[in-house]
Amino acid sequence: MYNQDFFLQAMIYLLAAVITVPLAKKTGLGSVPGYLLAGVIIGPYVLGWVGQESEKVMHFAEFGVVLMLFLIGLEMQPSLLWKTRHSIFGMGGMQVVTTTLVIAGAAWMMGLRPNQAAAMGLILSLSSTAIVLQTLSEKGLLKNSGGRSAISVLLFQDLAVIPILALLPLLAVIGGISDVKRQVPPPQEGFAALPGALQLLLIVTVGMAVIFAGRFVARHIFRFVAGAGMREVFTASVLLLVIGSAYGTAKIGLSPALGTFIAGVVLAENEYRHELEVTIEPIKGLLLGLFFISVGAGINFTLFFREPLLIAGLVLLLILLKFGALWVTARVFGLRHGRHVLFALALAQASEFGFVLVSFSDTLRIFDHETSSLIIMVIIFSMALTPLLLVINEKLVRPWYVRRRNREVPDKIPETGNKIIIAGFGRFGLVVGRLLIANGFTVTILDSNPANVEILRKYGFKLFYGDVTRPEMLEAAGVKDARLLVLTMAEDDEALKIAGWLKKNYPNLKIAARARDTFHEFEFYKLGVQMVQRETFNSAVELGSRSLHFLGFNRYQAHRAALTFKHHEDSIMRELYEHWLKDETHFIRESRRFSDQLTETLQTERDFSIHETDCAWDVTSVRKEKAEETGLRPDEDSRSRDHGREDDGHAQNG
Amino acid sequence: MKKILILFAHPALHKSRIHSRLARAAGEVEGVTFCNLYDRYPDFFIHVPYEQKQLRVHDVLIWQHPFYWYSCPALLKEWMDLVLEHNFAYGRKGTNLHGKKALSVISTGGSEAVYTRQGFSHYSVKQFLAPFHQTARLCGMEYLPPFVVHGSHLLREEEIDRYADWYARLLTALRDNTLPTVKWQDAESINSLIP
Repeated sequence: MYNQDFFLQAMIYLLAAVITVPLAKKTGLGSVPGYLLAGVIIGPYVLGWVGQESEKVMHFAEFGVVLMLFLIGLEMQPSLLWKTRHSIFGMGGMQVVTTTLVIAGAAWMMGLRPNQAAAMGLILSLSSTAIVLQTLSEKGLLKNSGGRSAISVLLFQDLAVIPILALLPLLAVIGGISDVKRQVPPPQEGFAALPGALQLLLIVTVGMAVIFAGRFVARHIFRFVAGAGMREVFTASVLLLVIGSAYGTAKIGLSPALGTFIAGVVLAENEYRHELEVTIEPIKGLLLGLFFISVGAGINFTLFFREPLLIAGLVLLLILLKFGALWVTARVFGLRHGRHVLFALALAQASEFGFVLVSFSDTLRIFDHETSSLIIMVIIFSMALTPLLLVINEKLVRPWYVRRRNREVPDKIPETGNKIIIAGFGRFGLVVGRLLIANGFTVTILDSNPANVEILRKYGFKLFYGDVTRPEMLEAAGVKDARLLVLTMAEDDEALKIAGWLKKNYPNLKIAARARDTFHEFEFYKLGVQMVQRETFNSAVELGSRSLHFLGFNRYQAHRAALTFKHHEDSIMRELYEHWLKDETHFIRESRRFSDQLTETLQTERDFSIHETDCAWDVTSVRKEKAEETGLRPDEDSRSRDHGREDDGHAQNG
Repeated sequence: MKKILILFAHPALHKSRIHSRLARAAGEVEGVTFCNLYDRYPDFFIHVPYEQKQLRVHDVLIWQHPFYWYSCPALLKEWMDLVLEHNFAYGRKGTNLHGKKALSVISTGGSEAVYTRQGFSHYSVKQFLAPFHQTARLCGMEYLPPFVVHGSHLLREEEIDRYADWYARLLTALRDNTLPTVKWQDAESINSLIP
């Protein structure tokens, strides 16, 4: 029933990745070279454990790239995308045109026919979305303006694939192999067979449908699914969404990656965004890994060892030419201070789209078989070198610019670092959040109850639905850059777990925590969380104060009594905490929790006395002293006006 | 070397131009204990035994505050009401403050000319400070003339800096006991006596 081969294959892929990726990460190159190396090792030229099927695996794994673009889209709100339109079309357009011209020129000078040179320029002008994004995000460079520009250009390239696919058959015709047109008619069926106007209409319709569905329908579906409380169904619905948009865009002739990117953008303002990210992230990671492994396994070393110098030279030349064209593009669009170097180094490789385009050109007979495999080798090697180029940027280029900048202009204050996250937005978190928002702070709110999320959203809160107890969720919410995390969830054991995890992974993050009771508070202290508030104490004291007023205290007297009690409680708590630390096991028994607590508190309280804080308002001693001086009985001198103290007999009850 | 305790009362320090600068200057003088009352007791719940202990171990007491309605902000008044207890600060057994020095450090919106008999405020700053003067006297302390920053609304940044510098020199002189011994009663402020 099960295909044993499948198990074996899966084991080989996973084993190779498990061994090589951590090693590659240790060297600072990031995961990509690790995967590639794993592919080379298990591939046909070293161990030979995997072979022919690796190409099929690669096609399957390309879905990882699609998922990655969906995630990038999620990070990009529509307004942000609109702001970057200049860099997408301007920079992207200029990059593709100049790179194509430069490469085509070089190819032509090396003796290729004009049509071949043009095809090569077009194919090699694209850069590898998978490698660039994976490497940049591992190095945390996606938010850098160089990284952002790189994303814009990659998006444009995704669009450019369509006209390139249309141009290649034309180049084949111009190329002079006379009977090409008859031999290989361009695929004209389905969507492509429709007239141009109708195609455009369809594209617009599908686009509108995606936007409408994403903005108005998706929320209800997610709420419905999340309400069922089944994690895997939620995952399934997210995958359905991604695959659906990929299928839809592929059907109308656009790249599936572009389709999912748009779906991501449309959902970027959705309250389930963080949950979507968390769900897709691991799947994307696995598929991308698989993709890189299959690229590594696809390297044809026989070809390489036949002409190692030629291939090495071509790879170097390609990288140099692309780097030059990218450098110029970056400078024209105002990138400076080393960001243009990052941009140019990051995009200086050829794309995995190249594989498809080369094999397409092959069937069109633009290139002969030999040239095609040569180009594919060059593409793969240029991809494999990218992480190395970025290490050069990190170790040489950036330090140089940092040193130069330190001499020239003062450092800018980083934009992030003012983020506040509230985890758990029920009765308790709501009050904390309202207070912060009322005072002009922006907060990111996470809650795991979809019903709350909906209601609060209606009143304009920025909320995200998600299981707060999952670390990935907090990471997606940006805990890395956060200034404060308010932990107000009701699940007390989970809250401790999260606090422990946060203290371990982000020791500098400030945590404000809600505690259920005294012992819960102590557990937080023990973890190093200092800003802790018991959820009931203050309210109970307030009610007690109002009771005192009813029982005959005047209002201020009752208020002072409550204040005194609160401060008295603080010193008791300090005492009790010391006690608790020494004698922990005694308290751990959950069943007797409250009575233990009561006994301990009352026991400690007995050793304390509430200091008579407001003694100065009590004039008994003054009156006594006065009476002794004058020889009168105090009663007869009750309206003493000595040294400006006006006594109206508001003595403490004592 | 004398030990100086500054009791500072300002309910909105984030909006202060003068006192934030004076406070910073004071904090940099060695031998000065700076107590920001509104920061220590945001709920007006003053820890009386602690404050009394602080008074015992210092030699010079400074009340630093803006001149709200010709007096101090509410928390400093609360401090006086609660901390200067009978039999601690005054009364037959209340001799803990005897022989210490006290003075006020204040800022006023109006210029010096405003605080004259003919001026808008009708009384001099020193006259307004009579309650502080008498409080110090009752507690057996010597009340020095006040350090006054006049016309605070119109001061330029560099003038504020000069005042801060001046204040620091006053604190140093108080600490090292190098102020000229004159008849304090004659001076309207201590400003002109600072070396």
